[in-house]
Amino acid sequence: MKILVCIKQVPDMESPFRPNGSATWFDESDLAFRMNEYDEYAVEEAVRLKEQLGGEPEITVLSIGPDRVIEAIKKALAIGCDRAVHILEPEVASREPWQIASIIAAYARDKQFDLLFTGMQSQDRGSAQVGVLVAELLGIPSTTTLVGFAWADGVVTATRELEGGVKGKVRLRTPALVTCQLGLNSPRYPTLPNIMKARKKEITTLQAGELSSEKPLTGSAAFRHPEKKGSGVVLEGSVDELVEKVLVILKDKTAVLR
Amino acid sequence: MKLLLVGEYREGRLLDITAELMGFAAAIGGEASLFLVGSAEEVPAFNGTLYLVDAKVYGEYNPEVHKQLLLKAVQEENPDLVVFVHSSYGWDLAPRLAASLKVAQVSEVIGFAGNAYEVGCCNAKMHRNVTPLTSKAVITIQAGAFPALQEGGTPVVKVLSTDVASTTEFVGYEPAEARDVNLAKAEIVVSAGRGIGKKENIEVIRSLAKAFGGELGASRPVVDAGWIDHGHQVGSTGQTVTPKLYVACGISGSIQHLAGMKKSGFILAINKDKDAPIGEVADVLVVADLLQFVPALTAKLS
Repeated sequence: MKILVCIKQVPDMESPFRPNGSATWFDESDLAFRMNEYDEYAVEEAVRLKEQLGGEPEITVLSIGPDRVIEAIKKALAIGCDRAVHILEPEVASREPWQIASIIAAYARDKQFDLLFTGMQSQDRGSAQVGVLVAELLGIPSTTTLVGFAWADGVVTATRELEGGVKGKVRLRTPALVTCQLGLNSPRYPTLPNIMKARKKEITTLQAGELSSEKPLTGSAAFRHPEKKGSGVVLEGSVDELVEKVLVILKDKTAVLR
Repeated sequence: MKLLLVGEYREGRLLDITAELMGFAAAIGGEASLFLVGSAEEVPAFNGTLYLVDAKVYGEYNPEVHKQLLLKAVQEENPDLVVFVHSSYGWDLAPRLAASLKVAQVSEVIGFAGNAYEVGCCNAKMHRNVTPLTSKAVITIQAGAFPALQEGGTPVVKVLSTDVASTTEFVGYEPAEARDVNLAKAEIVVSAGRGIGKKENIEVIRSLAKAFGGELGASRPVVDAGWIDHGHQVGSTGQTVTPKLYVACGISGSIQHLAGMKKSGFILAINKDKDAPIGEVADVLVVADLLQFVPALTAKLS
C-alpha cells in the first residue's frame, strides 16, 4: 500500500500578525512556524494505519513552500513517515488553493497512491478546499472532516463530524482521499531516537513550477486586523489592579454579583 | 446578479440554515434560485426556482452524485454565483463543484464590498478580501454571518435526476453524545481554553467556576486533548450557551467557539494575547497570565 500525507507549515497562531508590503498576506519576518495542527492528525492517522498493517505501507509526506518547511517535513518523518517530497515554492504565500491542489495532483497523478491524507483546512488560510480539490483533480472519491477512520480490505470507513455533535458514517473504496479534523486521534510527539533515525530518511526536492503552471483563480488584498465591532474594554496592569477593576465592572454591569 | 443557493437537509428535515442563504441573497441583491436535496413535502417558502432532488433516492450525503445534480442546475440556471453554507455539507461539496466548473471558490465569507468577499484568516485573528478572478464563482458563507430571512412565497419546482453511480456509501448517523452537564441553563459559565496549558490547570478554572457559583465549560482543544469530557464543550460542535455571565479563560475565540457563546449577557475574557479574536465579542478583555489572575480573582470572590 502507498500512502501520501500532505502537510503545510503555518505560523504559530498566537503570533502578532502584520500585513506584508502589498497587504495580500502576512509579513513572514519574526514569525515562528510549525506544522498545521490539522495535518498533525493526518500524519498520526497514516502512521497508525502503517502500524496496523505491520509496517507494510510506505508513507510519503509532501509539503510545498520555501526551505523552512523542511522542519515540518522532518517532524513528520520522525513521527513515522518513510520518505518526503519537498516541493520548493518560495512564493507559496501567493499561491491559492487551486494552484496548491494542482501542484499536489500533478505530483501524485502517476504514483498510484492508495490513500491520501490531508488536514481538513489550514489554520492560516482556512479555505478547506485543497484536499477535496486534489481528489477531484485525481478523479478519486474523497470525504472530509474525519473524527473516525478505519481501513479494511481496501475500504475506508470514515466518521465525519457534522454540526451539533452529530456524526455521519460513510464508506469509500480506495484509492481515496480523506481530510482530518481536530480530535481524530492523539498525535504523538516524536521521540529522540526517531528524530535521529529520521535524519537518514530521503527528502526529494522538486520545483513547483515544473509540476504545474496553473494561474490563480482568486486574488487577495487588505490583510488586516478586523474592525473592533463591540464596545469591549481591554484591561492591562498588575494582577491586583486587574482583579479590583474586574470586580467593580461585574458588580456594575451584571446582576450575578452582589 | 444571478445566484444559485445550495440548501441543506438532514435526517429528513430542511435545515434552518437555508434561511441564512436567503438572507445573504437579499443582502447582496440579485435573483435567487435554490438547489436542494430534500423532500417535496417540505419546500422552503420563496419566490423563485427550486431545483429539487429527492433525498430518499439520492441520499442526504452523496457528494459525487450531488455534484452531478448540482451541475445540471448550474447548466440550466447559469448563475453568476453559487452559494453554500460553510458547513460539513457545504465545505465538502463546494470545492467539487468549483473544480468541475474550474471557477474560483471563496470560503467562509462574512461580508462583501464590490466584487471582493471579506473572509477571516489566521484562526479568525485577521481578515482579508478575496476576489474571484473568474467570471463565475462559488462561495461558502459563514454560519451566523448573514441574518436569516423567511421570505415567504411559492417556488417553481423543477425536479432533477441522474443515473451517475455513487462512489460513497452512506452508512448512517450517530447521534450526539448524551450530556451530563447542562450548560444551557446555567446563569454563569466559566470556560477553560488551550491557554490553561495542561490538564492539571483545569482545577484552577473549576475553582473560579465554583467561586462564581457557575458551571464549568471548555473549548474544543481542551476536550480534544482529553483534559475534560465532551459534555463540557461550548461551541458549534458542543453546547450553545447564553448565561448572564460567560468567563473565557485562555480561549482564543475560534469561530466555532464564538458561535456557541457570543449571545451571553456579559463576556469576560482572560487572555495573554491582546489580539485574540475573543476580544471581538468580549465586554472586558483582561490581558494577563491566567494562572496568576484567575486564582487572585477566585480568592477575592470566595
